[in-house]
Amino acid sequence: MSQHYPALLVVIPLLSALLISIVGWLNKRLCFPIAVAALSVSTYSSVGLLLKVLDEKVIHYHLGGWAPPWGIAYRVDHLSALVLVVVSVVALLNLIATQKSVEQEFPEKIGAFYTLYVLFITGLLGIVVTGDAFNLYVLLEITSLTGYGLIAMGEDRAPLSSLNYVYMGTIGACFYLLGIGYLYISTGSLNMADISSILPDLYDSKVVLAAFVICMVGVCLKMAFFPLHGWLPNAYTYAPSAVSSLVAPLMTKVMIYVMIRLMLTVFTPEFIFSKLALSNSVVWLAVIAISMGAVLALGARNMKKMLSYVIIAEVGYMVGGAWLGNRAGMTGAVLHIANDALMTLCVFLAVGNIVYRAKGYAFEDLKGMFRKMPYTMTGLVAGALSIIGVPPTCGFFSKWYLISGGIQAGQYAFVAALVFSSLINAVLFFRIIEIGYYEPFGADHGHGSSPIRMAEAPLTMVVPLLIVAGGLVVMGVYTGDIVTNIIEPIIPLAIGN
Amino acid sequence: MSDLISSIVDNYNYLIYVTLMMIGLYAMIAKKNLVKKIVGMNIFQTAIILFYVSIGAKKDATIPIIQHGHGQGAHEITSSVIEAVEYINPLPHVLMLTAIVVSVATLGVALALAIKIYNQYETLEEDEILAQIREK
Repeated sequence: MSQHYPALLVVIPLLSALLISIVGWLNKRLCFPIAVAALSVSTYSSVGLLLKVLDEKVIHYHLGGWAPPWGIAYRVDHLSALVLVVVSVVALLNLIATQKSVEQEFPEKIGAFYTLYVLFITGLLGIVVTGDAFNLYVLLEITSLTGYGLIAMGEDRAPLSSLNYVYMGTIGACFYLLGIGYLYISTGSLNMADISSILPDLYDSKVVLAAFVICMVGVCLKMAFFPLHGWLPNAYTYAPSAVSSLVAPLMTKVMIYVMIRLMLTVFTPEFIFSKLALSNSVVWLAVIAISMGAVLALGARNMKKMLSYVIIAEVGYMVGGAWLGNRAGMTGAVLHIANDALMTLCVFLAVGNIVYRAKGYAFEDLKGMFRKMPYTMTGLVAGALSIIGVPPTCGFFSKWYLISGGIQAGQYAFVAALVFSSLINAVLFFRIIEIGYYEPFGADHGHGSSPIRMAEAPLTMVVPLLIVAGGLVVMGVYTGDIVTNIIEPIIPLAIGN
Repeated sequence: MSDLISSIVDNYNYLIYVTLMMIGLYAMIAKKNLVKKIVGMNIFQTAIILFYVSIGAKKDATIPIIQHGHGQGAHEITSSVIEAVEYINPLPHVLMLTAIVVSVATLGVALALAIKIYNQYETLEEDEILAQIREK
């Protein structure tokens, strides 16, 4: 059983997506339990894989018994095991937390929603677990297509934003496919391990350089790295709250995983940091991404848009950290994938709860929220502290690694951008806390207005939020263990201090 | 000059795919009509499919089925060496079957979204939609 974890991880959600779409016609109430069961199997398998990887280092799984490079191989190492656990846990928690909000927002589309939800997770888990470059493209498109559908379920400008996302996302995926084509021309293989064993002789070839750059542009489009971020803010703002809290923590983070996978496994650090000498310019781009994300977030007039721009800044953190070219930077980037997924989930779940009760996510809807929804606001504050980077929440530790990596690499602009963005985040979130805590005042004063009643979201929405909020602190406390056991082994020795 | 011409003739498949890709990209950027943009997107995807198809092709080679592999002469032929040069590379073509499916699915999703947008704004011209959004 346990040797089939890599396949179960992907196959069970895939089949249950089919099952849900059939059951959705017969009885809508059965969709949710099936989705929970499928994602529980995925979570169980990914945790099992993580524990197994800690002993065995790397797990290979040959689909259909065909040996690579001819067959498709699944390959799980520490990095993919960590991201698998993050993806499946975030998806499961979000699934449970948003059940009520889905029933409220689109009761007639429950079957379609859960089908797309489970397929989306299938795609993401597949991207992380696969060891085949072309397979990654197919799973990437499964994820993206379901993502477009999920986002388009929203109100107002959602279809238009989703169509913009289709244009940009398709260009991104096409660029990735083109890059893989160039790699295939020069190596004759699609298996990642096989490509990386053939490549070293070809490092001076222009085709390989073109392949790398084209792949990277494609992946950067999908992860919304600053000048290519245009699709993200509207898509995440107008999506239904259950979708925002699913797509926002996972999509960009998994794409950063793909970037790191390409940098570390397909191309080697020698090629990236010695031959290319691009790291300086990419870190500068990251500096611009972080600063622009922070500034644009200040201009946003509602919570979801503000958080979308915060995500763009966070993408800059991780790209910059990965390209610093030292161990601390890479550690920070990988750790931040996990931390950022959790803290983004935390704040978006809190916003989802607020939307559930207040029917809006503008700043004015937050007035008096600390009295109306104290537990939700506690969760929001925990997520906010983590995004700002206050110890002992996990956001502090990954930012610490990133900053020390920046200092070691002598990239002081990157350090300055990180500090600047943390300060802006503090301003952003304290503004929200101020509105929620001190307002309303003045307006209804003296009218004998009734005191604000507590109207907390249902228990199934609050409990997962508080679990995630607690998880932020737990991740922070165990940062040392995570770094030494899981992250240290994946960084090749070629990346020095 | 003759070098330039010969390099164009040798690499014409790459030039064609880049040209097609740029036509698609131009349509996506410059056209205001949403369906025209979607068609541009599809041209962009098709260009890459053609690129893959062209890299699998070989001159004077045949489809990748072993010649005289079965039938009466089978036992004589199988002992002889199979020359890979005589056959085209099937892998890029097989990959493109998947990519075609992906591109059809993307086209379907994009057109479905266009219908939804048309029902909402009663137009498919992007500037008119943006004007309506600004008025609100």
